[in-house]
Amino acid sequence: MMKRMTCILCPNGCKLKVEVSDKEILSLVGAKCPKGQKFAHQEINNPHRNIATSVLVNGGELPLVSVRLTAPIPKNRIFDMMEEIKKTQCDAPVKSGQILIKNALDLGVDVVCTKEVEQEAR
Amino acid sequence: MNEIQKQVVIVGGGPAGLAAAVALYDLGIKDLLIVEREKNLGGILRQCIHDGFGLTRFNESLSGPEYAKRFIDEVKNRNIPVITETTVLEITKDHVVRAASRHGLHTWRADAIVLSMGCRERTRGALQIPGERPAGVYTAGVAQSYINLYNTMVGKAVVILGSGDIGLIMARRLTLEGAKVLGVFEILPYPSGLERNVEQCLNDFGIPLYLSHTVTKIHGGHRIQGVTVSRVDYNRKPIPGSDTYYPCDTLVLSVGLIPENELSKMAGVELDIRTSGPVVDASYQTSTPGIFAAGNVLHVHDLVDYVSLEAERLAKGVMDYLVHSYVDDSNVKVIAGKGITYVLPQHIGKKHAPLLSMRVKCPGENVQIVVQQGEEVLVSVEFDEALPAEMIQIPLELDKIQNNNPLEVFVR
Repeated sequence: MMKRMTCILCPNGCKLKVEVSDKEILSLVGAKCPKGQKFAHQEINNPHRNIATSVLVNGGELPLVSVRLTAPIPKNRIFDMMEEIKKTQCDAPVKSGQILIKNALDLGVDVVCTKEVEQEAR
Repeated sequence: MNEIQKQVVIVGGGPAGLAAAVALYDLGIKDLLIVEREKNLGGILRQCIHDGFGLTRFNESLSGPEYAKRFIDEVKNRNIPVITETTVLEITKDHVVRAASRHGLHTWRADAIVLSMGCRERTRGALQIPGERPAGVYTAGVAQSYINLYNTMVGKAVVILGSGDIGLIMARRLTLEGAKVLGVFEILPYPSGLERNVEQCLNDFGIPLYLSHTVTKIHGGHRIQGVTVSRVDYNRKPIPGSDTYYPCDTLVLSVGLIPENELSKMAGVELDIRTSGPVVDASYQTSTPGIFAAGNVLHVHDLVDYVSLEAERLAKGVMDYLVHSYVDDSNVKVIAGKGITYVLPQHIGKKHAPLLSMRVKCPGENVQIVVQQGEEVLVSVEFDEALPAEMIQIPLELDKIQNNNPLEVFVR
């Protein structure tokens, strides 16, 4: 079976044509770099995505701190992860790189701050 | 009023201003000042919390705030002076910068000025969509700042007009936050944003993209209640009888960005009608000597990585102006020919080798871009695919330029 997909690993956005049989890649054209092969394999077997969202900050100069996952997770767990992150709050100050949830949903990834939020000036 | 002398004043502390400051400092220009109107440095990156930034520059996928932090840390490490919550009100031809803050008025006189104010969004007014004037109509960047900075959800049933990258990113963001995005409608027959964003922001979430469609009417009293969407023909004119009504409480517009040049105009800087940004030479100097521009204030970029690189090249131009009293000696015009929306620099002198930045008018495969002077082909580059969403850059060696005749850049 021929599958067409767009590699999302970099801004090139290569359009891949992948010949697939029983979840194995028989041939692949259109990838400008070796990452394309890896992406196609992952995409056929178990597509993964990273997500970025925000967490409430108590006592911060901003109401939210932006967060992301340390690694992509299976696509079908994205909304479970959003629910999990929504349950979390943190206290200012927070640092970029600070881990807010370790091993979230037992998926082996952490939820990590991507921004610094100082305490609110009194 | 006290006038403070500075070697370089940088107007705007977003990605272009930050990169310019660091590069200037490292070239030995240390008497700098970054003037930023927001409380924090970083510009629009602060609200771009999604990842995918920095793949070109840092070879890793960073979120906007993380990308900004790399440069903010460099600025801090060098103790480069920054003044925040200060809005520049005026720049004059003779390099006076006037700004206002809570502490009053500030006036600086600079040897050189860097324009790095970025861009702003096209609004509903620019599109002239007929209908009511209800609440609930946002530009994509405004919706993004409400959600990502101010913790305010904009709506539950959303229609997005325009498939620019911020619109696509917002389609995903709104969906993650529990809104239903009914569709993205694009007047052109191809997406305006990057292919990978169509994939990971729309296709991943089953959000439909309707090409050759536009919003032809906005309905609602106090709050938007729905939009009429129509198919358009080749001339982008709505086709009668193709109307569909979509009930919604929010309309997000992602219909283009315009370089922010109100201050540039005050300084007598000549603008290019194609880019809406300054006309520059290969050293990024504008038509006002000693005033330079880079980043989205100059032309709208696809990737922030290229903004940083452009600002770093600008720094070399500023350095040459300050240290070697370089004056623009441009004698060769650069013209955007067939198939090219714009190209810059708009003119080239004898000293700085240009990096030609351009966009193609329409998508194509196996596209050949030619730089020609008279009958002579100076450079010709083949691209497997060329998209209007992607900026194309072609370096040009100075010794290839034969004479003073204009260069033409075109698609063959």
